[in-house]
Amino acid sequence: MAYSDKVIDHYSNPRNVGTLDKSKNNVGTGLVGAPECGDVMRLQIEVDENQVITDAKFKTFGCGSAIASSSLATEWLKGKTVDEALSIDNMDIVEELALPPVKIHCSVLAEDAIKTAINDYRVKNGLPALELPKSHH
Amino acid sequence: MLTLPIYLDNNATTPLDPRVLDAMLPYMTNMFGNAASRNHAFGWQAEEAVDYAREQIASLINCSPKEIIFTSGATESDNLAIKGVFEMYASKGNHVITLTTEHKAVLDTCKHIEKLGGKVTYLPVNAEGLVDLKQLEEAITDKTILISVMYANNEIGVIQPMREISAIAKKHGVLFFTDGTQAVGKIPVDVEADGIDLMAFSGHKMYGPKGVGALYVRRKNPRVKVTAQMDGGGHERGMRSGTLNVPGIVGLGKAAEIAKQDMESDTKRIAAMRDRLEKELLTIEESYVNGSVEHRLPHVSNISFKYVEGEGLMMGVKDLAVSSGSACTSASLEPSYVLKALGLSDDLAHSSLRFGLSRFTTDEEIDFAIDHVKEAVSKLREMSPLWEMFKEGIDLDTIEWAEH
Repeated sequence: MAYSDKVIDHYSNPRNVGTLDKSKNNVGTGLVGAPECGDVMRLQIEVDENQVITDAKFKTFGCGSAIASSSLATEWLKGKTVDEALSIDNMDIVEELALPPVKIHCSVLAEDAIKTAINDYRVKNGLPALELPKSHH
Repeated sequence: MLTLPIYLDNNATTPLDPRVLDAMLPYMTNMFGNAASRNHAFGWQAEEAVDYAREQIASLINCSPKEIIFTSGATESDNLAIKGVFEMYASKGNHVITLTTEHKAVLDTCKHIEKLGGKVTYLPVNAEGLVDLKQLEEAITDKTILISVMYANNEIGVIQPMREISAIAKKHGVLFFTDGTQAVGKIPVDVEADGIDLMAFSGHKMYGPKGVGALYVRRKNPRVKVTAQMDGGGHERGMRSGTLNVPGIVGLGKAAEIAKQDMESDTKRIAAMRDRLEKELLTIEESYVNGSVEHRLPHVSNISFKYVEGEGLMMGVKDLAVSSGSACTSASLEPSYVLKALGLSDDLAHSSLRFGLSRFTTDEEIDFAIDHVKEAVSKLREMSPLWEMFKEGIDLDTIEWAEH
């Protein structure tokens, strides 16, 4: 299967690889997937007092599409408010990266990682966790 | 001069040896006759070429030329052997014993005969990928008609103990079939000394053409017969109808001749390159060879690079053509069933690469491959959350992963 140019670009030049200090209150961490399934994504956001995501980092164990999906997600997250970030849909990632049907689960995982990171941030800051749709799994 | 990408996937298929192509070409042009045409020179010429190829192949595996049945490839030969024995020996029994690590062409054929009322025992292998002989013997019942154990595994290159298996089969009056696809032409295969009754193999895994293969069927001690799976003109002693693929057969014959002639020197050179590749790659932290190192084909190395996913790694080594035990698709998140049969955890099975060298592989290519893989593993580990956790001393087994 040939990868799209955008997947290759994100894979070869991944944006925002790294680690934020997960002990900080304004950092939300989402760790999703499982080694047995061949994908694990860790996505982190740093949020300022105006609820704006000022930084996002990822690390991913997975195929090129999984790496590209998480790299793209970090790009999209930066500059958005937490509420705006919730509207990122996995199908937007599929479209942007031209993922084939067999790789859609990579985008689903990226969306889960975003939402899990936001929830982590919310809970740390005394907000109730949002119900995450589990329909994807 | 290094030409990229470098082909190190020779268990999937090998390039055609130019000497083989030269032998085949006349039979694709002016010598086009049908080997079954008995009444003119075109037919005689084709028949002669086929007979010669039969001799070349027989000489490679130490059998009589009459014991070679030409087919379209190893998958057809596997089908013909298992289904053919199942039908032919139906009055003697309906039980077949095989391994969980067999090729799909064997496993799916076994599934098929189960649907026809057959019984199949799928034996596990040990951590090295080898059959347990005691377990094999214990699995034999008075209904057992066939033991089907591959000569060497396509994913890990592990060689099964042919002689010990055939001794058990003989003792119990059971036929022994082996899928020899990965072994024939690569290591010495002797159907007499190995006690093999039926053996499948293919042209394109031994520098021959695609679309041609053979089934060895023993003619004495015991005389073995298989029921044809294709009806027609009764070619190949009635066991496989269909006009013979003369150029393909000529190519398979030539490939066999070259294999016999060059095996010793080829193996020495290839094994040295494989060993160097493996030794260098094992200097990477947390990397492991899969399968027995002692009982293994000389040109294969299957290595897991922990905390890096195989498909992602293949993309990272884009200048190398290799294969991975990982299949990251929504249809199947299951990694290689062969690696899992060795008892590898799913994450290690997902982290594997298979390197398959050939007689055309060069030292420069191996140098390049070593550097390329080291670089890619290191880059991907920098990106891997699992690697970070490992480095922080976190036991990954204690984490509750969200299965998906």
